[in-house]
Amino acid sequence: MTAPPTTPPTTPPTVRSAVRPRRAKERSIGEARPQVWTYIVLGLGLLVVASPFAWMVLSSLKSEGEIRRVPPTWLPEAPSLANFSDLFARLDFPQFFTNSAVVATAVTVGNLVFCSMLGYVLAKSEFGGRTWLFRLVLATLMIPGMVTLVPLFVLVANIGLVNTYWGLILPFLAGPFGVFLMRQFIQGIPDELIDAARMDGASELRVFLQVVMPLCKPALATLAILTFLGSWNNFLWPLVVATSEEKYTLPVALALYSVGQNQTEYGLLLAGAVVIVVPVLAVFLLLQRYFVQGIAMTGIK
Amino acid sequence: MSAVAPVRSGARAPDRTAPAVPRRHPPLRRRRTWAAWGFALPFMALFLVFTAGPVLMSFAMAITDLRSSDLRNPLAVNFVGIDNFRAVLADPLFRKAAANTAYFVLVGVPLTIGLALAIAVLLNTGITRLTAFFRVGYYMPVVTSIVAVAVVWRFLLQPDTGLINEVLGWFGIAGPNWLADTHWAMPSLIAMATWRSIGTLIIIFLAGLQGVPVSLHEAAALDGATGWQRFRYITLPTVRPTILFGAVITGIGYLQFFEEPFVMTQGGPLNSTLSVSYYIYNQFGFGNYSYAAAMSYVLFIAIIVLTVLQFRLLGDRDPRPPRRRRAPATPVARQEVGR
Repeated sequence: MTAPPTTPPTTPPTVRSAVRPRRAKERSIGEARPQVWTYIVLGLGLLVVASPFAWMVLSSLKSEGEIRRVPPTWLPEAPSLANFSDLFARLDFPQFFTNSAVVATAVTVGNLVFCSMLGYVLAKSEFGGRTWLFRLVLATLMIPGMVTLVPLFVLVANIGLVNTYWGLILPFLAGPFGVFLMRQFIQGIPDELIDAARMDGASELRVFLQVVMPLCKPALATLAILTFLGSWNNFLWPLVVATSEEKYTLPVALALYSVGQNQTEYGLLLAGAVVIVVPVLAVFLLLQRYFVQGIAMTGIK
Repeated sequence: MSAVAPVRSGARAPDRTAPAVPRRHPPLRRRRTWAAWGFALPFMALFLVFTAGPVLMSFAMAITDLRSSDLRNPLAVNFVGIDNFRAVLADPLFRKAAANTAYFVLVGVPLTIGLALAIAVLLNTGITRLTAFFRVGYYMPVVTSIVAVAVVWRFLLQPDTGLINEVLGWFGIAGPNWLADTHWAMPSLIAMATWRSIGTLIIIFLAGLQGVPVSLHEAAALDGATGWQRFRYITLPTVRPTILFGAVITGIGYLQFFEEPFVMTQGGPLNSTLSVSYYIYNQFGFGNYSYAAAMSYVLFIAIIVLTVLQFRLLGDRDPRPPRRRRAPATPVARQEVGR
């Protein structure tokens, strides 16, 4: 015990970093063996969570007869893309895809701009009514969608926006969730930076655009992804507002296709499910880092 | 000219360094307030038109006898006060829907929170590799469209060709016809909702668990605390705010559950999966706007009550019992120290 202080300061760090932390971890937590069990439990859980996806993709490559077979098969006997080509021949997928993309992009851009503006002043400006405004935003999170559904539809119908892109976009252009997320993140930006810019005579707009926004990139990326996905997967409102096929979004198209007489065309339905899910999953896998960050940001407070 | 110019430039110089500014422009604060409300304006405009307006209009509907046929002449409707609410509370079908929703929430929320917390704790403490892989894997259902989920799950739950009954069959269990059985339809939907929701909660809990100091765990382990004890007395109290947050958002979401019965069972069999939201949607569809609006307000109140209740149960006030225990303990300790 008395020896280490006398040794030159360069050696202890190397010794520590090379050997001690590992040992210390393994010993103190003492879970070298339980780790195996942890992996097994987590792996089994993941199997349960992921197997519907695997089954969906595999079955979309099967023939109609094989899908209905008892007992069910896992791997397709003769994998083919026939279900997909059939589906694309029957439904105007490029149109639905465009609709979904246009609506989701517009909603995302709107949320990024408007939510970060309000989030900024809620986090960093002293002004009359700030607390009240923040409470209002939080309360809005609790309003069930059913409360506003019909009045909103009546409103949209009165302005003549039924079956238009605007009707699909406007009600979602600025959500309380985005304000909450941006406010939480901007609060973490040091006041000194903003005060310094204000002292130098920068207008609030300039502070916002040139100081705050560049620092918010992780939060903006997160909000962009979450909003885009929410809009892409949104189901009820497009179902109500898009009344003709040229304005259907992907989920509406598949949902309406999957009821009634088509309910029994299993292969086509599964192919449709794959078409909706796989692009989104791909985007998610590419950007998963931001998802995790963003959800964590809202969760810890 | 020559006399004026230096005065001006002299006046400008202190301007830039700015201490004089607040005095020369006393309404700086007011200007900031204007600027702030300017920033809030787009959101507020959209909020007033597309949220506040409809919320008030919905309330107006709830206290009148508006039906879809009255929309052309809205002034002809009658004020009926709380009659709609009385009718809602007396409606046996609404009661059935409320009971179903309560079932869904009371089983679903603890199940989802418990599973997500267990997985998050395992991911956080037990393993060193593949963490990102597991995190991503468990989050996949969250990003998936409900429509696609419905297609797949209807297959999985099928009585003879379904994967679930096939797997149960390996263990000699004859699985029921899940979605057509009044007892099993709701548990099926709960399982599906849990599957869809744990991903978000796992990530939220993981973030909360990162805040639990490792030194505390090490100290407790040295003192001989078991894994469960460390979880119960160190991890759980530290992540309580995060659990509260998770419980609140899950509760709000589950009370409104609509998509699962809509895409899977249409509320059947025999209304066994009819949720409040789904019943409201149906009544809107039938044109009973006032009635549906009154129900949506009942749901709103239920959400507020549940949220407040969760704050009471899981919120900051809870650490009282430990304090009580501590109070009698300290005098004893002092006495012992005194000896």
